[in-house]
Amino acid sequence: MSGTLITGARVLGGDPQDVLIDDGVIVALGAGAREQAGDDATTIDATGLIALPGLVDLHTHLREPGREDAETVETGTRAAARGGFTAVHAMANTDPVADTAGVVEQVWRLGREAGHADVRPVGAVTIGLKGERLAELGAMAESAAGVRVFSDDGVCVHDAMLMRRALEYVKAFDGVIAQHAQEPRLTEGAQMNEGELSGRLGLRGWPSVAEEAIVARDVLLAAHVGSRVHICHLSTKGSVEIVRLAKERGLPVTAEVTPHHLLLTDELVAGYDPRYKVNPPLRSAADVAALREALADGTIDIVATDHAPHPVEAKDCEWDAAAFGMLGLETALSVVQHTMVDTGLLDWAGVADRMSFAPARIGRCDTGDQPHGRPVAVGEPANLTLVDASTTTTVDPSASASLSRNTPYEGMKLPGTVVATFLRGRPTHHTTGGTA
Amino acid sequence: MIRHLLSAGDLSLDDATLVLDTADEMARLTEGRAVKKLPTLRGRTVVNLFFEDSTRTRTSFELAAKRLSADVVNFSAKGSSLSKGESLKDTALTLEAMGADGVVVRHSASGAPYRLATSGWINACVVNAGDGTHEHPTQALLDAFTMRRHLGDLAGKQIVIVGDVLHSRVARSNVLLLATLGAEVTLVAPPTLLPNGIEHWPCATSYDLDDALSGADAVMMLRVQSERMNAAFFPSAREYSRRYGLDARRQALMPPEALVLHPGPMNRGMEITAEVADSARSVIVEQVTNGVYVRMAVLYLMLAGTNTGPTPEEAA
Amino acid sequence: MSRDLSGAREVLDGDDVARALTRIAHEVVERNKGAADLVLLGIPKRGVPLAYRLAERISAVEGTEVPVGALDVTMYRDDLRLRPARALERTDIPNGGVDDRIVVLVDDVLFSGRTIRAALTALEDVGRPRAVRLVVLVDRGHRQLPIRADHVGKNIPTSLAESVKVRLAEIDGHDGVVLGRSAPEAEAEREATP
Repeated sequence: MSGTLITGARVLGGDPQDVLIDDGVIVALGAGAREQAGDDATTIDATGLIALPGLVDLHTHLREPGREDAETVETGTRAAARGGFTAVHAMANTDPVADTAGVVEQVWRLGREAGHADVRPVGAVTIGLKGERLAELGAMAESAAGVRVFSDDGVCVHDAMLMRRALEYVKAFDGVIAQHAQEPRLTEGAQMNEGELSGRLGLRGWPSVAEEAIVARDVLLAAHVGSRVHICHLSTKGSVEIVRLAKERGLPVTAEVTPHHLLLTDELVAGYDPRYKVNPPLRSAADVAALREALADGTIDIVATDHAPHPVEAKDCEWDAAAFGMLGLETALSVVQHTMVDTGLLDWAGVADRMSFAPARIGRCDTGDQPHGRPVAVGEPANLTLVDASTTTTVDPSASASLSRNTPYEGMKLPGTVVATFLRGRPTHHTTGGTA
Repeated sequence: MIRHLLSAGDLSLDDATLVLDTADEMARLTEGRAVKKLPTLRGRTVVNLFFEDSTRTRTSFELAAKRLSADVVNFSAKGSSLSKGESLKDTALTLEAMGADGVVVRHSASGAPYRLATSGWINACVVNAGDGTHEHPTQALLDAFTMRRHLGDLAGKQIVIVGDVLHSRVARSNVLLLATLGAEVTLVAPPTLLPNGIEHWPCATSYDLDDALSGADAVMMLRVQSERMNAAFFPSAREYSRRYGLDARRQALMPPEALVLHPGPMNRGMEITAEVADSARSVIVEQVTNGVYVRMAVLYLMLAGTNTGPTPEEAA
Repeated sequence: MSRDLSGAREVLDGDDVARALTRIAHEVVERNKGAADLVLLGIPKRGVPLAYRLAERISAVEGTEVPVGALDVTMYRDDLRLRPARALERTDIPNGGVDDRIVVLVDDVLFSGRTIRAALTALEDVGRPRAVRLVVLVDRGHRQLPIRADHVGKNIPTSLAESVKVRLAEIDGHDGVVLGRSAPEAEAEREATP
């Protein structure tokens, strides 16, 4: 038979074994795979590589429609494939906003045409992200895009009544509200984490309490209406404590952390380089430690990139004028390896959970025709990522597949390389000169 | 000397003393002299890049540069490409193409001078003439210069700075410079106008002005914008001035020789009464005069020599 | 005459310096036909104590006070841009100024002549003397400008590889003139205070 035989891969970091994939599906695993492969199968020597289920990002900004100078669905998903992702959730803050079935279907189709990764559009909670009236959530859910995640990300659904209604309403189609937790009055004109450094630098502070107040409120609201809520880019120690307490009480809350909040601290802002400007802002070392610990113990469910491309001019300026956000798709796995695996906080099975299984479950894309975040097992779709964890690479923005260059990791040495990514058996990425 | 003057905190005690001593000499050379011009910066171009209006600071730098015979170009936000949305970067590249040796920059965004100095857009020396709510190092230098002329060495001197510390670049630069010079600084403000994390600053803080005044060698009043009450920093201008304004009653609590400073422009009746501002212990007008000497010193030290890296030790 | 390990050699000792200054004081008075209208301006650093010593000697001879001060030339130098900016020295023009006076500039070593050129320019900004004269303790040659001293303590022929260091009690604790090999640091110091 034809197909692709991946030999010697350490599935989820376990013992080396062979994986045979054919027609987009994993058809054999382990001892029998080689015999079953036959002579015409393409063989990929994956000796020493880790095999993970294709990664799923619950929080990606693809910028199309509207800001195709920063990113397109095509370039953004190419970056995703290079980062080991087979599915990304495209945030709704495009222009026009993804608040109608028409826009989410357009984004979904663009993803299918590009073919680098499945694009799961996120629908806006409120029309135009204005926080005034609910968008047609049901229409987006029923559209071809099958939206399950709704978010006004970029802004907070701060009106408590509106948030309550949104949480209730999406229960009808098993949706989830992904909240950008930021109390707007406490963060007017905010530029960086509020603390000693913001005071010294004269930059308007973004206090932790502005996130924690919303996280606390929304956890209670979700409990009250019996709906699930997801916290986007959780960034503070206090938020971790609230989510931990909520989970202990069995409340339906999930949370994500970005790779940059796992690695970088607000000290980087001292030189006013807008590459480090992001929302929520980089926090203190104590926050970083709490986030790592929470991701390790499952208080934080997933890693989500908040990949936020911006054109050069949006960062090549004074701090106040610069845009919030940083690239994340291509470096996410390396940052997670660096902060979680190499530190012993998480094993590769844990990485598979936090970056594939759990995000797919939260986004409800672990079922259906073309599911993601499935186990690496016979009969499952061949969404696979091969990782060489032994390499160290210096991050070079110019090598990115993204249209933008706003990575905060420029010049940093990070471990691990995504050697190949397979979307339903088809390689969407393989390193040049590599084995794939 | 440092290559750029971005923060008062970048000045070591030696650097700060060098600037103040040089300013002393500038004052001696130009006070009461027929020819007030020195040829030192002939052929050097100083650009005053003001993204924010400040006639007094710009004029002070302009006068300082001209007294040292530099060519001075004023780029102001009003009536230029700056008000038409030209980016900081493009403006910087333009200045570089024009051959600016020094750029004196005033900007409403904290850190804008850092971007100018560190982004590789220009080779010129950058002097921060006030950035957002961050710093105003030459103001701190002129304040220290003024106090030193009256009080001598500032080590151990008690300096009280009163007012809107949160939004004050003058306060930040003064705290850093005065700490370097060994003075003991107390910041006095309502809690809403003290920044988060101020307990880590090299100074003391107080909410009670009367308490702080008794041992002061100098009291510096900061400008308070009455619009701040709209953001609930304080209830009303009247309550602010009652609790934190310097009037004759409070001046009487100060030691008789204690100085009164204000960086200007003053809100008479708000943070300071006219009676105090015009009193014999007020050195507010002198601060303006001294600003020119201090800026001459800064421009001389930064632009007169080569500026290709750290300075070797001064020859004895 | 002594010689230390680095090869430096004292060419004038304290007594030599004192004798040279006494002689110069007499020369200045003789040339000026008295002390009238004289203003002595030392060029920092070591020109200043020399100017004060000369003034003392002239006063002793003539019985009148001679105004004495200091003229820093740093900001008038033509080599400012060749090295990092230097700290300024005190300029101190005696009461009465220099207008229509006979200004005697005093420096320790005359070398390229550039310091004196700078001093003449600096003097222009102070006033208009009737005449300017120059006193140096040591003339080591190698002039780069058409400048010469009116009164010289000692001519010391040197090579460019050598350094001349004047030591004065007011600054260095003792008097003397040392000829040595020009190390890079010595070079810098010589340029800074020729």
